[in-house]
Amino acid sequence: MQEHIVTSFEEALDNINESLARMGGLAEKQLADSIEAITRRDHALAEKTVASDKQIDALEVDIEAQALRLIALRQPMAIDLRETISAIKISADLERIGDLGKNVAKRAMVVDQASPGRAMQGLERMGRQVLNQLKEVLDAYAQRDHERAMVVWRRDEEIDEMYNSLFRELLTYMMEDPRTISLCTHLLFVAKNLERIGDHSTNIAETVQFLVTGNPIEESRPKGDTTSVTSMEFPPDAGPQAK
Amino acid sequence: MTDATSNSGSVMDRKPDLSAKRVSRRYAAEARFQAYGLGAIFIAVAVLVWLLGTIVFQGLPAFTQYKATVDVTFDADEVDPENLAAANYQALARRALYDRFPNVTARRDKRELSSVLSGGADITLKEFVEADPSVIGTTRKVQVSVSDSMDTFLKGQMTDIEERRPDTELVPSAIEGEVSLLASGNVFADILAGVKVELEAQAEDVLSSARRERRGIGILENDLEALQARANEAVGEEREGLLARVADLESDINARIRKLSGLDERAAFLYNTARSSGGSLDLTEAMPSVLIEVNGGVVKAKKVANDQIEGTAFIPLQSSAAAASGDWTVVTYVTPERGRQVKDQTATWLRELQKDGAIESTFADVLFTKGDSRAPEQAGLWGAVVGSFLTLIITLMLSFPIGVLAAIYLEEFAPQNRITDLIEVNINNLAAVPSIVFGLLGLAMFLNFFGLPRSAPLVGGMVLALMTLPTIIIATRAALKAVPPSIREAALGIGASKVQVITHHVLPLAMPGILTGTIIGMAQALGETAPLLMIGMVAFIVDVPTGFTDPATVLPVQIYIWADSPERAFVAKTSAAIMVLLTFLIMMNALAVLLRRRFERRW
Amino acid sequence: MSVAENIAETPASEPAATNMPVKMETRDVNVFYGEKQALFDVSLDVRKNQVTSLIGPSGCGKSTYLRCLNRMNDVVDIARVTGSIKLDEDDIYDPKVDVVEIRARIGMVFQKPNPFPKSIYDNIAYGPRIHGIASTKNEMDEIVEVSLKRAGLWEEVKDRLAEPGTGLSGGQQQRLCIARAIAVSPEVILMDEPCSALDPIATARIEELIDEIKDKYSIVIVTHSMQQAARVSQRTAFFHLGILVEEGDTEQIFTNPRDERTQDYITGRFG
Repeated sequence: MQEHIVTSFEEALDNINESLARMGGLAEKQLADSIEAITRRDHALAEKTVASDKQIDALEVDIEAQALRLIALRQPMAIDLRETISAIKISADLERIGDLGKNVAKRAMVVDQASPGRAMQGLERMGRQVLNQLKEVLDAYAQRDHERAMVVWRRDEEIDEMYNSLFRELLTYMMEDPRTISLCTHLLFVAKNLERIGDHSTNIAETVQFLVTGNPIEESRPKGDTTSVTSMEFPPDAGPQAK
Repeated sequence: MTDATSNSGSVMDRKPDLSAKRVSRRYAAEARFQAYGLGAIFIAVAVLVWLLGTIVFQGLPAFTQYKATVDVTFDADEVDPENLAAANYQALARRALYDRFPNVTARRDKRELSSVLSGGADITLKEFVEADPSVIGTTRKVQVSVSDSMDTFLKGQMTDIEERRPDTELVPSAIEGEVSLLASGNVFADILAGVKVELEAQAEDVLSSARRERRGIGILENDLEALQARANEAVGEEREGLLARVADLESDINARIRKLSGLDERAAFLYNTARSSGGSLDLTEAMPSVLIEVNGGVVKAKKVANDQIEGTAFIPLQSSAAAASGDWTVVTYVTPERGRQVKDQTATWLRELQKDGAIESTFADVLFTKGDSRAPEQAGLWGAVVGSFLTLIITLMLSFPIGVLAAIYLEEFAPQNRITDLIEVNINNLAAVPSIVFGLLGLAMFLNFFGLPRSAPLVGGMVLALMTLPTIIIATRAALKAVPPSIREAALGIGASKVQVITHHVLPLAMPGILTGTIIGMAQALGETAPLLMIGMVAFIVDVPTGFTDPATVLPVQIYIWADSPERAFVAKTSAAIMVLLTFLIMMNALAVLLRRRFERRW
Repeated sequence: MSVAENIAETPASEPAATNMPVKMETRDVNVFYGEKQALFDVSLDVRKNQVTSLIGPSGCGKSTYLRCLNRMNDVVDIARVTGSIKLDEDDIYDPKVDVVEIRARIGMVFQKPNPFPKSIYDNIAYGPRIHGIASTKNEMDEIVEVSLKRAGLWEEVKDRLAEPGTGLSGGQQQRLCIARAIAVSPEVILMDEPCSALDPIATARIEELIDEIKDKYSIVIVTHSMQQAARVSQRTAFFHLGILVEEGDTEQIFTNPRDERTQDYITGRFG
């Protein structure tokens, strides 16, 4: 595509893209670090991760300001308008991702003791998948590749599945050994946060689709999360009185 | 994108040269330029002022006419109430003059006296009686124009008149006929001196004639010698012939020598007379006239001495008593009698009438009421003015509609092809054709082919219309072109047809320009002479024209005719006619400006 | 119905634009100025009671096209128009058709306000007078008043109808020209960059006016301001080098045009 006749318009768009790229990188790192912190139970890393969330927040404010300025001064049309609106939406999503990541890292500082190994494994697997989704969708945005974004959008179902099984698993652990309730509850929230991060990645994917094609997604988002209706029967032989 | 390189910076970094030398050179050049402009204006204005000043100065006298009030007896025998027109009014006028100067008896003198009044006096008297027939049988004072040479004299254009009242006594020898006037002092010395100067000038002339003669004689004597020598050498018949010629030549030379001595004598005589003191000398026609007004009479000086004048009494004296000092006048007419039309006797009659108070300078209404005439004092411009007016009306009525419509067609409707270009080129060329060509065209076509009346305003108007047509067409086209196309588009967009656009919008907006062009064209036509000469408007037209087919003339042609006339009085009248023409032109141009302003405001 | 049901019933984005009947239909219009071709096979519909805007870079043929619609190109000797242009099923280039009638049914407002050098009253009254619309003075007064009211100028000039039209400000003059066009009760009003000579406030007034009068007239407006086209029109056509590149609902053209040339133009990627 040709460049704008007014170079400062072109530069303004480039600046927003750059900020967004930086924000995406930070969010990715934030997520990776927080998953590592919780699975390795790395205190120092967790603290560092919590602190660095401020950068992501600042970038969101900056990107919003830049976008407002562009709209007021340049009256962008068509693709430029979609780019600017997309930038605002994606930065909001990335900011939420950062916050959720910070939350995960915070819990890492609490989870100190040994935890059921299998749960941790499941969590780590889920975390890796979510991180992968984020990476993929940010790449799709950078390439303006809406097919790639659609792949991410559909794969959210897998994360939902993972979350479902993890949910049941943790419930089982809690039922087996009430001593693990505290730990497992934290792990439940961590899993929930990861699932939310996955949803935000899906939001970003929808935004990319609209940005590139100009049309909203026709299909309805696959919702695989059944945890809201999951309940488990307390096994008759288990229980505090059982040994 | 611009790149700044260090090489191009050197030229681009230079600042304007604001040195004092450069600035002062520029100021000087600008001042010079302004000076040239002022100089040009000054020259133009100076020429204009000089031109106009000359015309006005020359023409102003023509606006006044001297009239004499005479007592006319409307003898019942002469004037028949039934047939007023038949009376011999000229005789009545003459008789009035004879009664005033009863001492004039000789026939030649009487004829001279009757020439004082204008030849048109009879018409004045006839109109007087027609206005009030009851004057028949009575004597009334009637104001009649004087003739043109009297008028010129009275206006001081014929000669300067000097008067002085010497402070000595003067004793006349008689009261009529040959009179001798003796003064008690040398009061006429200056006149005598003037005569002597004149004599000396004559002597000089004679001397130079003598000198020429002497030279001629010298040449002839040389010829004689040569001839004599040849005769001596020749033989036979030839010698006879040559000797005969020698004899002829000798007698010729002798005659000349006699003549020469005569000239020398005359010259000597003149010199002696001129250089002598005192004496009494004749005043000839070639010298300024001197008249003495004393005791109610007038004596023309024929001989003058230092203290005495001898002459003829034009007007008899009332007494031969001595006139006291300051009671008698020496009147000198500076231009000699030989050089003027009004002789001393006639001038004296005029002065007497003036002393009567009978001469009055009035406004020359004849200029604006009568047509042309051979007698200058009766010649008026009115015929030419009416003729011009009628001609211009025809010109306007023909050229304006045709010109404007043609221009509209060419500008708005004509397709862009070769024929249209051809027409345009030809119209532009027509504007440059010499006007006399149009006259020839008018002559050939209107007079010869169509047989229209010669010298009529109708034909003149048609010829001038042809001449003005290109001017109007060109001015109209320019005015139409100047109407902004946005107005046309607006009108078209509203749904006006092409004709409506032109008549409702374009034409009103173009009117100021069209009118200006028309009036300029009319002003040009007003001043045209050559084409009208061709169609005969140079004829001598006496009557003021009343219709378009009456013979008429126009102002510029009238000016041309008068400029050609020999009478002195026509000089002033020509300039007066030019002034009238210029006034009309100025008024027409002022009208153009006025109309233009008015139309611009309204639309 | 409850609010929720109401929201569910409203279709998401069904533009009312494409439902209006066609007022002027142009097919395969080509325009030649002598040897040079200015328009190539333009086919476009102007819909009733809608504002259609024509956009494009300089020299793209939008003004040429506009002037074809009321046969103003007839004034240019070397102009030649082919193709069919119909007003309500009548071919306006039919030789039997009187061009004066066409121009009374299709009015025009020009780029630079061009009131006649007459009084305000006479400016408005001229059209009705030559078309014989009013027969009495009262009828004419009414036409003048209604036209000026519709053009939003009545309050400002009602006390000075006898003053010359050229004494008004630029914006007022343009509204006067619109009133003048309205006075002959046209069906279509063509506007050739009507606001390009006006300041922003006058421009805004004119845009408001266009919005108000579109329920009585069908309007075609040529503009070089995309924001104005976006604000004012329901349908937009993009011209480039004499070709009609894209045409569609204004909203769609300005958020998601189909043709890349359109996108490049409206985002300012080429002039």
